[in-house]
Amino acid sequence: MNFFIKKLIIVIPTLYIAWTVVFVTLNIIPGDPVNLMLGGRPASEEVRENVRKNLGLDKPVAERYVSFLINATKGDLGKSYLTRQPVTKMIKENMMPTIQLSIGGLIFGVFFGVFFGIIAGTKPNSMRDTFAMVIALCGISLPSFWIGMMLIFIFGTTLGWVPIVGEGFVSLILPSISVGLFFAGGMARLTRSSLVDVLNQDYIRTAKSKGLSTYNIILKHSLRNAMIPPVTLLGIQFGLLITGAVITEEVFARPGLGQLLLQAILAKDIPLVQALVVYMTAVYIFLNLIVDFTYGIIDPRIRLERKSA
Amino acid sequence: MNRNKIILKRFLLNKGSAIGGIFLIVIIIGAVFAPVIAPYNWNAVDTGPRLSPPSLSYLFGTDIHGRDVFSRIVYGARYSLSVGVISVLFGIIAGSTFGITIAYIGGRVDIIGSRIIDVMFGFPSFLLSLLVVAIIGVGLWNVVFAVGLASIPHFARIIRSAALQVKEQPYIEAGINLGFGNLRIMFGHILPNIFPIIIVIATMDLGGAIISIASLSFLGLGAQPPEPEWGAMLSSGREYMRYAPWTMIYPGLFLFLTVMSVNLLGDRLSQALDARQSINRGKA
Repeated sequence: MNFFIKKLIIVIPTLYIAWTVVFVTLNIIPGDPVNLMLGGRPASEEVRENVRKNLGLDKPVAERYVSFLINATKGDLGKSYLTRQPVTKMIKENMMPTIQLSIGGLIFGVFFGVFFGIIAGTKPNSMRDTFAMVIALCGISLPSFWIGMMLIFIFGTTLGWVPIVGEGFVSLILPSISVGLFFAGGMARLTRSSLVDVLNQDYIRTAKSKGLSTYNIILKHSLRNAMIPPVTLLGIQFGLLITGAVITEEVFARPGLGQLLLQAILAKDIPLVQALVVYMTAVYIFLNLIVDFTYGIIDPRIRLERKSA
Repeated sequence: MNRNKIILKRFLLNKGSAIGGIFLIVIIIGAVFAPVIAPYNWNAVDTGPRLSPPSLSYLFGTDIHGRDVFSRIVYGARYSLSVGVISVLFGIIAGSTFGITIAYIGGRVDIIGSRIIDVMFGFPSFLLSLLVVAIIGVGLWNVVFAVGLASIPHFARIIRSAALQVKEQPYIEAGINLGFGNLRIMFGHILPNIFPIIIVIATMDLGGAIISIASLSFLGLGAQPPEPEWGAMLSSGREYMRYAPWTMIYPGLFLFLTVMSVNLLGDRLSQALDARQSINRGKA
């Protein structure tokens, strides 16, 4: 069977089970959502019953579950308990800042990760290898919320180089660094070890003995072969961008999906939490799918293997 | 045994593991002897002027309530390191049990078990932790549980594949033929043989667990004030960043250095393990 179709078929049960888990777990949360809707105001049994009906909570769980699944595939995920707005609308409104932040973090992470990986991997066990790897170690060890605050403190408050709040490209720089740093560290370490492996291969020796320049060997012969493990990491680390969104948006007081999720959790706004988790898992699984497909583009051997399989 | 000694020696003599190890020992000593080392009680308010900068009597300054930041960091070491260890222990015990069991039984159990792991991987782990906190509520121990739970699929996957390899070894077959019980084979024979791998992945995950727990505390979901957990300290220090940056700089610095030491140890341990494997293959 075609590799792509096979992969796509696996996605559907995974999403289905993930959404079921979300529904089940969120519906066993203790506490009556009706109290939340009423905001603690005392109300007669009649009013409570009305609210319950409005929220659809008077129906049995099984029925709610089925309609949740059907509506979810249609893109209707219910209304927020707190704002009474459709949650999909709330997600749409908060999506752009998070996408910008994720792309910013990704660009920072990939660029510096691959850069330091090349610096270290092309001359293993040298001074510059140690230097680059110490930086990478710092990258994976720095708590993103702390480095976010430090960046604000150093470049925003003390030096005044970058505006702390506001919109536009410049205000995206510091948040992107704090999202992308961990990513960059992991990327650098993996690129290094992968590159060291590749540079010991026979075809690199052949390329060297043909008299090709170092530049040519590294960029054209090694890097492409060395990029498979880092690209896999890219897929796994998409989850980090969600982490980054929640924490970095909080630190930099940026609007976005992370802020929305955090507020929804703190307020126990179940439909909103449910919708955000459904949405984020779908994006996460979908992005991993794209990564799976890119292997074939990077490495023709994998493409051929898939065809023959 | 001799080989293991060589590896242990290599590990101990390594510069990286020495630096990481020494720093961690300092932190552990600090945590254990906190009442002796800390000049003030961690929760004593108005020990000095509020938000006073670092000085000889207040090494890292004081916070908004006039509490000594250094004392709070020393006591906070008790939280940050131990909650990380507990959450990793929880994750690794559950993950090992699950991974070894499905690998040993094999067949359909293995297929279904692996599918469950795959589905859990569908959730980014931080999102999973957040979801768990949303269900069981806010609090330090809930966060520890949530982070541990979210790490299970990762541990289970690695340990399953390691157990699968060990399962094929002749001594396991011998055990089966000798009539050993399944539990005895799983936990008396397979487990000890993959133990080095378990130690390495647990150490490598510890740094991440410490950061996750601190992050959740920072978001207000974990440790609650006035507890001197470093993440929670950063959360309150953040408000006074402009006037009293020391309330934000030092707790984070200690968090960072602790995580870096743990990561250093994890790196060197995994290198030592690789070295052991190559010695076994007669390479190094």
